[in-house]
Amino acid sequence: MPIRTEPVTINLGPQHPSTHGVFRLRVTFDGEEVIDLEPVFGYLHRGTEKLAEERTYTQIVTLTDRLDYESAMSNNLGYVTALEKLGGIEVPERAMYLRVISVELQRIASHLVFTGFFLQELGTFVTMLMYCFRERERILDLFEMLCGARITVSYMRPGGLTQDAPSDFWPALNDFLEDMPGYIDELEELITRNEIVLSRTRDVGVLDPEVAIDASISGPILRASGVQWDLRKADPYEIYSEMDFEIPIGATGDCFDRYIVRLQEMRESVKIIKQCVDKIPDGTVKTDGAFFMRPPEGDAYGCVEAPRGELGFYIVSDGGISPYRCKIRSPSFINTTMLRDMIVGGKMSDLIVIFGSLAVNMGEVDR
Amino acid sequence: MELGFRNIHAFVSGILPDGLEWIAFSISGIFLALVVINALVGVAALYTWFERRVLGRFQSRLGPNRWGPFGLLQPLADIIKLITKEDISPNSADRIVSTLAPIALLVPAFLVFAIIPFGTNSFLGDLNVGVLFIMGVTGMNTFGIFMGGWGSRNKYAMLGAMRGVAMLVSYEVPMALALAGAVLLAGSLSLSGIVASQTLPFLIVQPLGFLVFIIAASAEMSRAPFDMIEAESELTGGYHTEFSGIKFAIFQLAEFMAPLVTAAILTVVFLGGSRGPDLIPGQVWFILKALAATFLLLWIRATWPRLRVDQIMGFAWKGLFPLALLNIFLIAAEIQFFQSGGIEPIGVSTLLIMSGINWLVTGIAIYILANVLGQPSLQPKKPVPSPLANMYAEAE
Amino acid sequence: MYGTGIIRGLRITLKNLLLPSRMFTLHQYPDRKVGILWLAQNADINPLKYVLANPGKSIRAIIGLETVEDRQPKHPRFRGEEFTWYEQRCTGCASCAKYCPLGIIRIVTEPSGNAMPEGEKYGIEVFDIDIGRCMFCGLCVEACPYDALHLGSGFEEGTYKREELVIDIDRLRKSRKKPSTWFRPQLEEKSYDPGIGRDVDWTEAGRHESPSSDDQAAKWAKR
Ligand code: SF4
Ligand code: SF4
Repeated sequence: MPIRTEPVTINLGPQHPSTHGVFRLRVTFDGEEVIDLEPVFGYLHRGTEKLAEERTYTQIVTLTDRLDYESAMSNNLGYVTALEKLGGIEVPERAMYLRVISVELQRIASHLVFTGFFLQELGTFVTMLMYCFRERERILDLFEMLCGARITVSYMRPGGLTQDAPSDFWPALNDFLEDMPGYIDELEELITRNEIVLSRTRDVGVLDPEVAIDASISGPILRASGVQWDLRKADPYEIYSEMDFEIPIGATGDCFDRYIVRLQEMRESVKIIKQCVDKIPDGTVKTDGAFFMRPPEGDAYGCVEAPRGELGFYIVSDGGISPYRCKIRSPSFINTTMLRDMIVGGKMSDLIVIFGSLAVNMGEVDR
Repeated sequence: MELGFRNIHAFVSGILPDGLEWIAFSISGIFLALVVINALVGVAALYTWFERRVLGRFQSRLGPNRWGPFGLLQPLADIIKLITKEDISPNSADRIVSTLAPIALLVPAFLVFAIIPFGTNSFLGDLNVGVLFIMGVTGMNTFGIFMGGWGSRNKYAMLGAMRGVAMLVSYEVPMALALAGAVLLAGSLSLSGIVASQTLPFLIVQPLGFLVFIIAASAEMSRAPFDMIEAESELTGGYHTEFSGIKFAIFQLAEFMAPLVTAAILTVVFLGGSRGPDLIPGQVWFILKALAATFLLLWIRATWPRLRVDQIMGFAWKGLFPLALLNIFLIAAEIQFFQSGGIEPIGVSTLLIMSGINWLVTGIAIYILANVLGQPSLQPKKPVPSPLANMYAEAE
Repeated sequence: MYGTGIIRGLRITLKNLLLPSRMFTLHQYPDRKVGILWLAQNADINPLKYVLANPGKSIRAIIGLETVEDRQPKHPRFRGEEFTWYEQRCTGCASCAKYCPLGIIRIVTEPSGNAMPEGEKYGIEVFDIDIGRCMFCGLCVEACPYDALHLGSGFEEGTYKREELVIDIDRLRKSRKKPSTWFRPQLEEKSYDPGIGRDVDWTEAGRHESPSSDDQAAKWAKR
């Protein structure tokens, strides 16, 4: 007698331990296997783009902090890059170096958060999460020295930074740079060769390079698929053209590659920061008058390589004190587009792992 | 006077008139059960503190430390909190089944302790089929888990329960086979017999059996890396998603009893039970060994991620099952060889020779199995840049 | 070999368990455990003498119950709660209110005196900051041309009611003047640390003793 079976539809989320915020996935299971999936978002919609139309240009910096709250520095940089393009503002060189330092620190912090949560989703009971957060704490301490805040930094301003780094920042930064490779080695030894991690993530959620490019996926996920594309090299902003670093890529585009690419990116970031510390010139970090800026009529698109991918701001100005329109191209939102194709056919555990490997941040998806 | 069943029974039947033997029997039984169950609950509560503290240390945090010295009273606070919580169950839940589920999960854990010999003379009952009893009773918790999952009418709980049944049933086989190796060597099914025959701890004599047992047991109690029944990141809570209040407390108690049960069995069967140098009493040896075993389980829990469902099942049948069979075969052959016909226990020197052979075979077997099971796809590949978007070309 | 990776992982976690340098949280905030040596050192006497003098405390210290309060050090730039505001410096220009992205500063001014001479500043009647909604971005501090408003250095300002989070002018007047050095290079130059330092007088808090009209004219003309 054939057994009568039925597919089961489960709402994963909006309240679920591994949806990184409030994200809902309507998943249809056949036993353990996923046969259909539909992402539903909008639970964290705060109307950032609309709010931006009501704020002056400098005030919008505080809004960008809250987009991807794990990498506020990169968001600040993305916004001010677009704004500087629009207003034609020259940034002092020291400010550019400090910007790169803080953005790369933020990249390490963000990737550490990713690693911790990724392993958490694989089922290590909080251990890796605590280790990664322990390391990240030092970066947050550095941010506190730079700008007085740890998460929502609001550090950058059109035309530069709020203020120069204090004198005790540099020794602390050097200490951190000394220790960080050791931390990464430890994580690598703990995770990279772990057979359980390998068997859980290898050949899971494979994304082919063609598909990834067609879906305009960016960031570590694209690079894990083997596409060597990084805005820091492809379209260098700030002082990246003077820096010497590699773009790590993955072999197959599976979840493991996404993890390993991020891990190697952390090493590259440490390298970049070291070069910045060596080269940083003296001088001012501010441009006069940019605080109360009124860019000329027109539009500009500025983008940076945020930890999660290409973060772009498209700003239309009507000559007033606030933008006419501010469109945000958020990497997390676009990286989720291939979710269904990657997950369907896998097991439930794969679903969680694949979704975790995308490192989606809900604040950015819903904007 | 030692607190044992016989003593109490003798005392009670002494003051009762003749012919009321059964009353004496019940009174002494209930009295002892009360003592033991309450002691066990106390120990389990203390163990939750131990587990959380050690796990906290592993994760470089502090663990509970607010109430009482070193947070020792934390379990009490937890119990009070859970008991005073409202007991919510979904409207469409199967009330009877979901109420019975926690009990069905907890009782087997208590039952196992009835026959564990904590010392040479301190045990509740010495069943001559102790190992069989253990296998039967620990198999019962499958019911508890499935009842919890089924009764609460929750899809997560149901998924967890289904996983649980599949996994628990498969891992029972290697676990039983691993115990069978010990039984063969000891020539006795009773736990005190097994302890008595361990002139050399069976951990040394049959490492393969120990390995299989500890893996299968950690799957049986659904601990990392086999904790997919309640995989928090996937199923939110697994079979106990819908439980709250006292029922949830009982589930938690059962969950924290599981490592104790496992550690106790492990100590008795593989670590020589209460045997040890006479410096300290056997009971203390037992506790120390059990603590070491729980520490090992904790260590594993703190380090390893979780396996996937199909991998867990595959590991049971493709990995552990052959190893357990090999272990039995090896032990049986060695007994046949060294103990030719005699019934006298095997001497320590012979056991040492046996352990030498066994360690060698264990190493070879694990090496071969690892290479058979280890998929070549897990080897690192060399990344090749895709020609589709070459930024170096574009930047020029 | 297949299987060695997980064993190596066990080594790392054990290392993290045993090495104190890898410990993340060393004490339960804000109580730090102290031993006898620390207590004796603090009291500046020989540990042996200390034990004899207060045996009760020593026993508690040995079993690990003796604690001292130890708050995490904050950087002087830390953008803390509670604003520091100098009435003497404030002109009531309301730049801060205008530049707050959330509009949570409310200022009501009134000419001080009837026959107010030219250049005299306004009297300020209301100065409310609703820190319940504040995100401590510091734009108000950045916008203040007279260095009258500074971010505070406090934290842990929890209250039971939302209304209590509105800082009104009386509270601003009375509150301790321990400004954060964020965006105030003049304080940083004196290497002032609000965590350990004294209160800052209004004459020291600004870039100049008091805003002169020439300065301001020059500043505004530039824009
Ligand atoms: S810190 Fe920011 S949010 Fe708070 S009052 Fe000042 S400008 Fe407004
Ligand atoms: S900006 Fe400064 S001077 Fe002007 S009202 Fe605010 S605190 Fe007073």
